[in-house]
Amino acid sequence: MHELPVMQSILTIVLKHAAMHNVKKVHAINLLVGKLSDLEAEWMQRYFDYLSAGTVVAGARLNIEWVPAVLSCEVCQTRVEINKVNLDGITCPACAKNKFQLVSGKEYHIKNMEAE
Amino acid sequence: MSEIRLIEIKEEILTDNKEEAAKLRKKLKDRGIFLLNLMSSPGAGKTSLILRTIEQLKTKFRIGVLEADIDSTVDAEKIVAAGIPAVQIRTGGFCHLDAGMVMKGLDALDLSVLDLVIIENVGNLVCPAEFDTGAVKNAMILSVPEGDDKPLKYPLMFNICDVLLVNKIDYLGLSDFSMETLHERVHTLNPHIAIIETSCKTGAGIDMWSAWLAEEIKKIENEGNINDE
Repeated sequence: MHELPVMQSILTIVLKHAAMHNVKKVHAINLLVGKLSDLEAEWMQRYFDYLSAGTVVAGARLNIEWVPAVLSCEVCQTRVEINKVNLDGITCPACAKNKFQLVSGKEYHIKNMEAE
Repeated sequence: MSEIRLIEIKEEILTDNKEEAAKLRKKLKDRGIFLLNLMSSPGAGKTSLILRTIEQLKTKFRIGVLEADIDSTVDAEKIVAAGIPAVQIRTGGFCHLDAGMVMKGLDALDLSVLDLVIIENVGNLVCPAEFDTGAVKNAMILSVPEGDDKPLKYPLMFNICDVLLVNKIDYLGLSDFSMETLHERVHTLNPHIAIIETSCKTGAGIDMWSAWLAEEIKKIENEGNINDE
């Protein structure tokens, strides 16, 4: 739902690096995005294409590596990968407790870009 | 044709907002102002809760309100009618507030006469969870008619909040909402969140909520005093 501001932020960062490296054209941008982010790949690309039109980034492909949402048990630190299907009634496979800390799944990170 | 290079970027996408939010938090701390970010879906009772909070706390704290709405001024008018300074931030279609928008809103309030500013964020359980507003504490409302399954659908929102208000408890008898199941689902994702049951209609639980908020404000004030010494 909030793809537009996130895409604007990606474009700003990529344009800054493109200028630093005298880039003529960006072909692809490699991203790490947490699975809890609620972003949709198709809409990310559409908004990005809209925002990047007329810049050296126009036409660049967004490659998204989805980072799994992982909980860590508060008692024994065992890690459990979650999704919206298995979230209900989830307990620690090691100690059966049900209190966790979220350790990954919120990432919004630009790794690198392929450019000439 | 030139060769394709792999250029390392290694940057967080929302860095700008996080930095702005940190700057705002520092500025407000220096001025002794407590900023609360209140989130919920539309119709859960954000404006009603703010009005109830004003009733309870206006003699203890000088309160101001930032009302975020996609495009209306209805909520801000209700707050102003209660005798409290309020600023309407129209997000112009945006589904959340970010730190920059909050800063602009705060510029329109006279901060020298305020102790507590409450942000009424855009009614939405998805996007506001991702954007740091610069607030000291994040609060959310879930109302009983929305159902006890919402932590399963919007885990991030329940994960980032410091306090959850379960509002409209006067509807409990009319629905199959299970408070026990809700507590379990919320604590799985956020074991240390405070959960307070309220009804803005009957006033139930508003004293507990006001006490929680007053306590948090006092904690921050004490931290400030320790830092000053």
